[in-house]
Amino acid sequence: MTEHASPEGDTGKKERLVALRPMAPIVPPVNVSGRALMVVIAIMSFLCAITLGAVTMVQEKAEAWQGDISREITIQIKPVDDLDMEAALTEVQSIVLSYPGALSAEIVDRASTARLLEPWLGEGFDMDELPVPRLVIVTIDETAPPDFASIRQTLAEAVPAATLDDHRAWAGRLISMARITVFIGVGILTLMFATTMLTVIFATRGAMDGNRHIVEVLHFVGAETGFIASEFQKRFLLIGLKGAAFGGGIAAAGYVVLGVWQSNTMATALNDQVTALFGRFTLSSAGYFGIIGIVVLISAMTAITTRLTVIRTIREIDRQRADPSLAEIG
Amino acid sequence: MIHFENVGLRYGMGPEVLRDLTFDIPKRSFQFLTGPSGAGKTTLMRLLFMSLKPTRGLIRMFDRDISIIPGEDLPLLRRRIGIVFQDFRLLDHMTTYENVALPLRVRGKDESSYRSDVIELLKWVGLGERINVLPPVLSGGEKQRVAIARALIDQPEILLADEPTGNVDPPMAQRLLNLFIELNRLGTAVVIATHDLTLMDRVNARRMILSEGRLDIYD
Repeated sequence: MTEHASPEGDTGKKERLVALRPMAPIVPPVNVSGRALMVVIAIMSFLCAITLGAVTMVQEKAEAWQGDISREITIQIKPVDDLDMEAALTEVQSIVLSYPGALSAEIVDRASTARLLEPWLGEGFDMDELPVPRLVIVTIDETAPPDFASIRQTLAEAVPAATLDDHRAWAGRLISMARITVFIGVGILTLMFATTMLTVIFATRGAMDGNRHIVEVLHFVGAETGFIASEFQKRFLLIGLKGAAFGGGIAAAGYVVLGVWQSNTMATALNDQVTALFGRFTLSSAGYFGIIGIVVLISAMTAITTRLTVIRTIREIDRQRADPSLAEIG
Repeated sequence: MIHFENVGLRYGMGPEVLRDLTFDIPKRSFQFLTGPSGAGKTTLMRLLFMSLKPTRGLIRMFDRDISIIPGEDLPLLRRRIGIVFQDFRLLDHMTTYENVALPLRVRGKDESSYRSDVIELLKWVGLGERINVLPPVLSGGEKQRVAIARALIDQPEILLADEPTGNVDPPMAQRLLNLFIELNRLGTAVVIATHDLTLMDRVNARRMILSEGRLDIYD
């Protein structure tokens, strides 16, 4: 930007070009306290986003387990004297499939049953020499499940050796466990979030303390409270947004990288161990939206705290005006 | 324009630092406020700038009782006052030009409307070569002149200057005094708090002498 300054003095010497830099912002760009605030916000956003991602993953995993269990029921036929096991299996299959809501019924064949028992009985055992029960796995329509009581009654009449296990007890325990896990996760997330908010509020107020003289000067040169608050709010919103986006971004990128790594290193010992310990690091879109929400919320909190701090500072200046004992003696 | 009546002020439970002040500052008037150190000059300037309220008495500024002015009206009233603080109160991240332009900027004026005025005023106070310099590298005298230019830029109805020539050499002090006189001729009332007897002797103006919290006025 340049300006043709008026001639020096009345004699009108040679007119000179005065170069001016672009106007500095009313509130200075990031200083030491602003940078510290940005780092604090980035760290807290990262921790918050990691916690949110973990809770989302646990919740989705729990829901998936619950869904898997409740999608299947098992019918077990115990070997009793004079029972034609293969005929009984086929009869059970046809009985079950006659009920609406039973989508499929798969007989676990002899080879598969042997494989299931292999860890306990070893290879090459003769299944006919042992009273090994056989299974029919039935997939049901979750939204319109069949009448289990009626199936039980029909099976008791047609194949007395068959028992139906609708996994209700197992599913109940799993649901309880999942609920407790999610409850604990939400509790941790709440604490984490509260800590983040308090940290952001105090860090913002700390950073604002270093700008008190600017608020005073602006107030004394006739700037209205709303103007001063808006100027600081804009600057600190940017600080909050940068810090939170960096922290949240790193967390989101971490989930992406871990997910890709797990996909690309399937069936390796390390991957198996990590997956057994932590599960799959796959964050759903809800998780990523949650992280974006955290970034927005933390930035907004920074801006709101700044606005309130400016208003409070101006009120303090006016309180000193009303009560001279609070002011410096001049 | 400004009326003080039986004004007293004490800090907390301490003794009154200003006692029974009764005076007027008329429009277009020019006065020096003087007195020994600790007499309460800065406190009186703060009362005039409405950054303090008296503990007793009445102050009317621009026909308004300052004890009942709501906080949100203060900035608008302060826009009619130019003040030069003893400690300058410049913003270190802004250049000389930007500091002087600040009062106009916070009033929402467009830069193109005041750019030449600011540059001209800076040249007038001898800072034409320091337009793009930041306050930390200015001398005390230069900072003082920036503070003065900032107070004058919006042609206030009254100028309050606390020791405005305290850090400048005699020729510059004379030049600044001439600036105040010129401003006064254009209609601005001027109150200069100073210890500088030589400066006061150069102008035939009203003298307000504060001593032990009391004010004597010599017209």
